[in-house]
Amino acid sequence: MRKLLLGPGWIRAAWMFVAFGAIGLGIVVLCRWSAGWYPLLLTEPCVLISLLVAAPLGFLAGLGAFDYWTNYVLGKPTPAHEDHSGHGAKSWKDYFRVNTDHKVIGVQYLVTTVIFFLIGGMLALLVRAELARPETDYFGPQTYNSLFSVHASLMIFLFIIPAFAGLANFVVPLMLGAADMAFPRLNALSFWLLPIAGVMMVSSFIVGAFAGGWTGYATLNSTHQPIGAIFFNQGVQWAGASSIMTALNFLVTIITMRAPGMTFWRMPLLVWANFTTSLLVVIATPFIAGSQFFSMFDHVMHTAFFTPVGGGYPLGYQHIFWFYSHPAVYIMMLPGFGIMSEVISTFSRKPIFGYRLMALSLMAIVVLGFSVWAHHMFTSGMSSWLRDPMMITTLLIAVPTGIKIFSWLATMWEGKLHFNTPMLFALGFLSMFVIGGLSGVMLGAVPIDISVTDSYFIVAHIHYVLFGGSVFTIFAGIYYWFPKMTGRMYDERLGKLHFWLTFVGFNLTFFPMHIVGTEGMQRRVENYTGNFGGLNMFISLASFGLGCSVLVFLYNMITSWRFGEIAPGNPWRAMTLEWLVSSPPPTFNFDEIPQVVGSPYEYGVVGAQHAILAPSKVPELEEVHT
Amino acid sequence: MRRGSIVALLGIGLVAGGVATAVALIPTWLPPARSEEAGRIDFVTWFVIAICIALFAIVAAAMIYSIVKFKAAPDDLEDGPSIHGHTGLEIGWTAIPFVLVTAIAIVCAIVLSKNDAQGANPLHIDVQAQQFAWTFSYPDAGNATSPVLLLPVNRSVELYMRSLDVVHSFYVPEFRETQDIVPGLVTQLHITPNHVGTYRVICHELCGLGHGLMRTEVKVIPQKAFDAWVAQQKSGSSG
Repeated sequence: MRKLLLGPGWIRAAWMFVAFGAIGLGIVVLCRWSAGWYPLLLTEPCVLISLLVAAPLGFLAGLGAFDYWTNYVLGKPTPAHEDHSGHGAKSWKDYFRVNTDHKVIGVQYLVTTVIFFLIGGMLALLVRAELARPETDYFGPQTYNSLFSVHASLMIFLFIIPAFAGLANFVVPLMLGAADMAFPRLNALSFWLLPIAGVMMVSSFIVGAFAGGWTGYATLNSTHQPIGAIFFNQGVQWAGASSIMTALNFLVTIITMRAPGMTFWRMPLLVWANFTTSLLVVIATPFIAGSQFFSMFDHVMHTAFFTPVGGGYPLGYQHIFWFYSHPAVYIMMLPGFGIMSEVISTFSRKPIFGYRLMALSLMAIVVLGFSVWAHHMFTSGMSSWLRDPMMITTLLIAVPTGIKIFSWLATMWEGKLHFNTPMLFALGFLSMFVIGGLSGVMLGAVPIDISVTDSYFIVAHIHYVLFGGSVFTIFAGIYYWFPKMTGRMYDERLGKLHFWLTFVGFNLTFFPMHIVGTEGMQRRVENYTGNFGGLNMFISLASFGLGCSVLVFLYNMITSWRFGEIAPGNPWRAMTLEWLVSSPPPTFNFDEIPQVVGSPYEYGVVGAQHAILAPSKVPELEEVHT
Repeated sequence: MRRGSIVALLGIGLVAGGVATAVALIPTWLPPARSEEAGRIDFVTWFVIAICIALFAIVAAAMIYSIVKFKAAPDDLEDGPSIHGHTGLEIGWTAIPFVLVTAIAIVCAIVLSKNDAQGANPLHIDVQAQQFAWTFSYPDAGNATSPVLLLPVNRSVELYMRSLDVVHSFYVPEFRETQDIVPGLVTQLHITPNHVGTYRVICHELCGLGHGLMRTEVKVIPQKAFDAWVAQQKSGSSG
């Protein structure tokens, strides 16, 4: 009984959640009482400190995320260090505790993010239901604005960014020939911050969700919103902290834990992609943290960072916000580029075309990515001369992106193409991302941008880039590594069905948005003029079809995970390191440190190898557990 | 490369380009342009669309050709040739897009500076935006105010815009220009309407619960009618 209450786990998490919340509340009341501020129980500071800061910390502590460090600080024995008891998964229960195994964490990330993808998707369907007809049908403006605001926040902060972190968590250490990430306990902590962020954003519906859009512009979001706005501010902080910790972990892992022989120029492009993404995350994410803190201070403590009355500067919010949120577009894209390089090379049976230029163009995107933020602000009222340099850098970023697309096409050229599900999603990505990229070039051109900004053309563009781009690569990655993660094969027929439903549904939903946008329909309204009615009804019907395609994916994932055919170690005949071990890999990945001897894409050369494992030490299949 | 594959590539490229051109031309994408600035902006739009169609056709040709031509049988376990790159090609697809985007940037910068340049004798109008209404006032007409924006045709107009609360944005689809209105700042927008008519003014930046209904009209009227309105307002305010 004592162990049940005091040992790490969900029971301790529950009571510590309450206890920390109460302590937080006490601190607020004490401070207000000593300062003579009444009422003592003012809603906003109480909710902020108690529910959005202290209670989640209690939850983490209860679950055991800090146990090792606490014991170490207190001078108690830290057995977890020696016996690896927090490592690996023997049963499904091990996925519900603080686990330090990067493979378990990868799966935790992916399952969590797919759940938020489903919630975010359902919010989108509600948005489309409202938009099917011009009048206000089901939701008033407050609810409607919350629906699209929470939809976007979940998809960005709780699905795309962390889904890539999940895939990379599973794959990167394996590809490097490492036993785990550099900081396994930090890795576990960064995962558990994520459900906190997600629950915060979703639960804001209970108290009056934020309705200022995911961009949360001041002064609308900093002074004119219900309390849900601070749920958004704080949710972003938790998700952002998770991102930063993971990125630091990837950087250290990639720099210090490569197997012997794994030089930077022998790393698979997926590793390069996560290396560059992590640089972006570490440099950029603190800016959104700053913007959300200041905005929240304006809301809760009546500071004036962004309020002109009092000397604040509303455009300051936009500059700081986009200084993160434009690089964030690449944070949501570069890992997908990495997945594409692996999938296209493997299923074309050819080396990546122009490997070094591919890696260098990732670096070019990182550098240029920090010089384009104000292209979101061409109409914002910032100094008008700033539009020209921002336009030039924005258009220039098309060059490294173009290099990548042409190189993938050249990789397929004269190859032996196999159209398994991951490859189908890769091709879907290529075609859709080209369309999204070209509409991006249009939007980079200032005169075009000021004629269609804040219209549905923008909505179409962002979905071609983030859905046709990022989400397609996430699906490709999930199918590609599904056998490695679960030890079972997914159903290829259902996978292909999922692809075609998604591809067709996606285009029917989002392509017509370009047209209603240029015709002058603004975004973020639940009520629009009747001349857009026909196309909107069409878009809404198509979106419901697109929604149904996700059911095929879920069915396939769940049944294949349980009953799928047992996967061999290397079902795709790929060359990178993760395919040299069993599916799923042994607890510490490699029984013997692999020796890297060549390029990861040496297709077409008889007997070529990327790395050597001593044959006697190749793990046996009986280590497979699901 | 064999001659046959070059012909096939060209063929697919032309078909893909043709389809894309049809998509660009057949639906009515843009409302009619009703200001001099809008005309220039539409020129940029079609200039960039033409480049985009060409790039789309190239990518589509390479992709569709590869999918059809290089499909392997399921039991074909062979690899493709070990080709790692081609310096000439790589320089080419770095340099050509560089030239294209530079051309786009130059055209845009020229159009932008032309659009911002005021014509002779510009009309000054103050715009006040607040949740969720527009007020237009005319310093040259005895500070007359109007909930509808009245503009004389073919005259350079400069809007000076202020917000009382949150960020709003002024947008008329037929004028093609958006300009945010930021509390604490005065932002400017230059328009030279060149067709008489009535168009919608909509708020283009989420500004709260009434954002979707923050609409009014702009009436572009002949100079004489505008002069008469100004005279009427002046006499009204003085008498």
